[in-house]
Amino acid sequence: MKRNENREGIKGMANPGRYGIERVSYWLMRITGLGLLAYLIGHIYETSSILNGKSVWDSMLQLTQTTQGHVILTLVIGMCVFHTVNGIRLMLGHGGIGVGKPTRPDYPYIPNSQNMKNKLCIYASIGVAALAMMYGLSVLFGE
Amino acid sequence: MANTQIAEEQSSSEVSSKTVTLKIAKFNPEHDSGTQFVDFKVQYERWTTVLDAILDVKEHLDHSVAVRYSCRQASCGSCGMKINGRPRLACFTKISELDSDVITVEPMNNYPIVRDLVVDLEGMFDTHKKMKPFIINEDSEITNTKEFLQTPEQIEEYIQFANCIKCGLCNSACPTMATDSSFLGPQALTQAYRYVADNRDKGKNERLKIIDESHGIWRCHFAGSCSQVCPKGVDPAMGIQLLRGYLLGFRK
Ligand code: HEM
Ligand code: SF4
Ligand code: FES
Repeated sequence: MKRNENREGIKGMANPGRYGIERVSYWLMRITGLGLLAYLIGHIYETSSILNGKSVWDSMLQLTQTTQGHVILTLVIGMCVFHTVNGIRLMLGHGGIGVGKPTRPDYPYIPNSQNMKNKLCIYASIGVAALAMMYGLSVLFGE
Repeated sequence: MANTQIAEEQSSSEVSSKTVTLKIAKFNPEHDSGTQFVDFKVQYERWTTVLDAILDVKEHLDHSVAVRYSCRQASCGSCGMKINGRPRLACFTKISELDSDVITVEPMNNYPIVRDLVVDLEGMFDTHKKMKPFIINEDSEITNTKEFLQTPEQIEEYIQFANCIKCGLCNSACPTMATDSSFLGPQALTQAYRYVADNRDKGKNERLKIIDESHGIWRCHFAGSCSQVCPKGVDPAMGIQLLRGYLLGFRK
């Protein structure tokens, strides 16, 4: 019989509250990756409507001109910017760049990999994404 | 005559400045259907650890509470448990530092529960052994008459990772471990790096082959929770990224 391993499960995996900003960034990276994937699929569906002629294409394009369409596009802008900027940090980090140097650890054992550079980069990804969203909103809802 | 009086045993009846509610998760997989939390009022001082409080309960209020410990000084790695939602060593966590009137203690996640606060770490020891946690070198010290000498700089490359006490807190905090029961986990991956980074070791390619699999190092997303909970400053997240640097071609 397989023993119950008391795994935390999806709820524990997705809970970003307990382990600092790095875990929040992990969560945002997943959500934005999945969101972008969903957008890409929707985008291919939307643009493929051109195969059915100009009137179908035009009516599809109308969907993006609604308030809901604007809100979704603004979210896509934010997801795209955060995912890209944080993605660059992660690609470097995964290669061992910017994760700190091994030392002789001493109390209180602050982990070097959770350093200020990484934290600032995460906050910057969120900040730049917010700015891009505000710019997007002003363009989409402006005039 | 010098004052040789033995300090009186600290009991829960002794007057103390503060009390706290200790909520202990009780569960015996052999006959219970679910976890039950039992509340105990315990008195504590500034220096009282969560383990002290649990042992106080065991001695005076409920003998049946199952808890595992040995060294009481963050060296043996047996007392890991979830304290107020985060994996910690009970002997290394003071009640006063938790800043809460209620202390909830539960068994660590991602391990089978033996009973109450005790979890089965066997799975972690298995993945640890998979990493070949020993120096691989043909010119062993037995055939050679000379010992291996290392400079302080060479020791610094790995000594941080050699601090691991196999308490398993990192595997319990890891978001990948939360859903993937085949993942090697931060503890094992970091030990692979501990030996790869040791200049006496020649087993790098062997170990890289072991971790380069679908439930191996690629499941790490650098969420860093392992490093946030490690009580010994091992910083598993750093070790894993440095190790992955070899596989991605960032390092040689
Ligand atoms: C230049 C732009 C991009 C960069 C630099 C980037 C980078 C990354 C990185 C480094 C990861 C791994 C994160 C981790 O290990 O947790 C990742 C995951 C992912 N990305 Fe991207 N990405 C980009 C664009 C996109 C786009 C356009 C999509 C959608 C079509 C996308 C979808 C995903 C998905 C679904 C994941 C998996 C998320 C997870 O499992 O946590 N990415 N990306
Ligand atoms: S790496 Fe740290 S948290 Fe993980 S088992 Fe070793 S000492 Fe415990
Ligand atoms: S009792 Fe040994 S680590 Fe806590």
